[in-house]
Amino acid sequence: MRNVILQVDNLKQYFRIDRHTTTRAVDNVSFKVYEGEIFSVVGESGSGKSTLGRSLIRIYDANAGEVTFLGKKITGKLNSETTRFLRKNMQMIFQDPMASLNPRKKVLDTVAFGLDVAKEVKTKEERKQRVIEVLKSVGLSEDHIARYPHMFSGGQRQRIGVARALVMDPKFIIADEIISALDVSIQAQVINLMRKIQKEKGLTLMFIAHDLSMVRYISDRVAVMHLGHIVEMGTVEDIYEHPLHPYTKSLLSAIPHPDPDSEKLRKRVLYHKQNIDYNHGQIQSLNDTHTVLATKEELDAWQKGDYSDILVQM
Amino acid sequence: MEQKPILEVKNLQISFQLNFGVNHVIRDISFFLNKGETLAIVGESGSGKSVTTKSILGLIDDNGAVEVGSCLFRYQKDGVDIEVDLLKCGKDYLQKNIRGNKIAIIFQDPMTSLDPTMKVGNQIMEGMLDHKKVKNRKEAVKRTLELLELVGIDNPEKRIKQYPHQLSGGMRQRVVIAIALACEPDVLIADEPTTALDVTIQSQILELIKDIQKKTGVAIIFITHDLGVVANVADRVAVMYAGKIVETGLAREIYYNPKHPYTWGLLSSIPSMSGQNEEILSIPGTPPNLIQPPKGDAFAYRSEYAMAIDFEEHPPMFQISDTHFAASWLLHPDAPKVSMPSVLQARIDAYKKRGDDQ
Ligand SMILES: Nc1ncnc2c1ncn2[C@@H]1O[C@H](COP(=O)(O)OP(=O)(O)OP(=O)(O)O)[C@@H](O)[C@H]1O
Ligand SMILES: Nc1ncnc2c1ncn2[C@@H]1O[C@H](COP(=O)(O)OP(=O)(O)OP(=O)(O)O)[C@@H](O)[C@H]1O
Ligand code: SF4
Ligand SMILES: [Mg+2]
Ligand SMILES: [Mg+2]
Repeated sequence: MRNVILQVDNLKQYFRIDRHTTTRAVDNVSFKVYEGEIFSVVGESGSGKSTLGRSLIRIYDANAGEVTFLGKKITGKLNSETTRFLRKNMQMIFQDPMASLNPRKKVLDTVAFGLDVAKEVKTKEERKQRVIEVLKSVGLSEDHIARYPHMFSGGQRQRIGVARALVMDPKFIIADEIISALDVSIQAQVINLMRKIQKEKGLTLMFIAHDLSMVRYISDRVAVMHLGHIVEMGTVEDIYEHPLHPYTKSLLSAIPHPDPDSEKLRKRVLYHKQNIDYNHGQIQSLNDTHTVLATKEELDAWQKGDYSDILVQM
Repeated sequence: MEQKPILEVKNLQISFQLNFGVNHVIRDISFFLNKGETLAIVGESGSGKSVTTKSILGLIDDNGAVEVGSCLFRYQKDGVDIEVDLLKCGKDYLQKNIRGNKIAIIFQDPMTSLDPTMKVGNQIMEGMLDHKKVKNRKEAVKRTLELLELVGIDNPEKRIKQYPHQLSGGMRQRVVIAIALACEPDVLIADEPTTALDVTIQSQILELIKDIQKKTGVAIIFITHDLGVVANVADRVAVMYAGKIVETGLAREIYYNPKHPYTWGLLSSIPSMSGQNEEILSIPGTPPNLIQPPKGDAFAYRSEYAMAIDFEEHPPMFQISDTHFAASWLLHPDAPKVSMPSVLQARIDAYKKRGDDQ
């Protein structure tokens, strides 16, 4: 059996907006991530993907639930040793590159930030070498170290964020929409790089993404999130070849193709979310790896191919 | 009589000063945009897509300068036809007459165009009120709620009172789209407007933009590296590589009859949805350093088709049809006959075949 590196049980992350409104950004989510795999979380905008990542890495305090990382409990109050352990071993690459890069800091200092905090390097020269090495690995070069973030293109900035996480040699990286800002050829390079590091160092990756075609290529397992819930989870084959949840089906139907004639004619499948209440569903196992959130009745209907009320062909 | 393009960029060259050299980022590009059409600019990260469009509105960084080039913009003011060179008319003129009002831009990184200390509702209303597109605040609120609904944001009444950090990444991007649309510009420059969006919202926004285009005749420059998206929205496509346009044509010409090896590479590196085991072909190597631009074609040392001349001299634009041009020596009559990678040819054949069946 493979080792579980991260176990999440019934995690809830709510935001109070005002007296009458609370956003349930992450609503009772449970999953495991295995050591050395690429686990992807996909779902529409606002479904809670970034919030999930931010709760795991403790930017937020979860309202409920328990998370265990490398055998240590990382929810609740953390002592300083666990905090340090978490900072070293779990890194997040954020969605908005500009918002997470300090505009007044040169690339060298931005990328070396983690090294400095953790007192990882002894000399200035070593610090610079580590940074240059990691920059090269993400397709940037030595002459970039003295530049400020605004002097880069969007995709280059995204790679600075990747470099900043990689430089720490973490065990687990949460990568929030990093591939979407990259063009296809760099995407392939960054992914190959991540794969290489993953093999060499046993890195585990949680990819947050909406690009379903790329996710298919890079992932071992995929969780589909909607309205704070994981509605379906399984291997790439489970999700792409045998999707069962209507939301997964609607997502798959919306993937654009590099083919103008068919794009002009394309039909979308509309998903009527008002006709389904996730809070009534339970996690149902379809096989060893494939689960779906549904009531018994929904499960029966979907397995018969009955999606009336929920999916409408346009 | 044929209408003149609304926007016409000629021989644009832009460089940035760095303390160890000059970065020649835009190296002589020309293109035009017709009224009511959508031009997609595609190309690798760092190829110069954002810099090109920012320069049109005088928004490039202080260490950069337009060295050569012009950008004619034709618009109407109080019923009078006006033609200006946007690269020469000065920042004040741009700010007062053009930016936001006539030409709106959706920036790639939504957080850079949102003010973190201001509620999103107010940020959308600001432009409308400034440019007097609405009579009063009440009307501005109404219009704002409509726009948010149009870009697919639920509960707009609640959302207008929130700050940017309380929205998800994709919602912030949609707010930026709403701001750009608020003033009903003549030209909309959309720099990767849908990259942070999931496919469902993405197609919804693309539909919305196309709808607005039908109604208002807005001309759109759409920057992206997602060739699936381009297939959906573009009338014409310009492919950029290392600060040059290497191929341009109607969308169908670029997709079904690409001529430049870089375009072949781009099209081949899209993962097809047919199977996981098929390898993603990526373009080998990295983009050239433009502080010391290579002699000849900047793509030569990444191109398996490169010939001796490619390392010596940059190819001119060869004409393939009335609308289709590509800069590759392979199109020279004396060049050896080579064809696109077989994987790509097979995919295109499949598309065409399916097209014939329909
Ligand atoms: N202020 C600056 N100083 C120096 N170089 C710059 C500056 N701004 C941009 N550049 C460089 O100009 C080149 C083109 O940048 P641009 O932002 O136009 O790329 P892009 O095609 O939009 O790429 P992406 O798809 O990654 O957004 C890049 O190599 C970038 O590093
Ligand atoms: N700090 C916050 N305060 C209040 N609400 C928040 C906050 N952060 C997120 N939310 C809300 O939580 C929900 C989920 O947001 P989240 O950023 O996790 O979405 P996402 O799945 O990452 O979407 P995207 O693909 O658009 O980035 C949204 O409704 C958002 O408005
Ligand atoms: S001109 Fe030469 S190097 Fe450039 S794309 Fe054509 S064959 Fe390749
Ligand atoms: Mg997000
Ligand atoms: Mg850009």
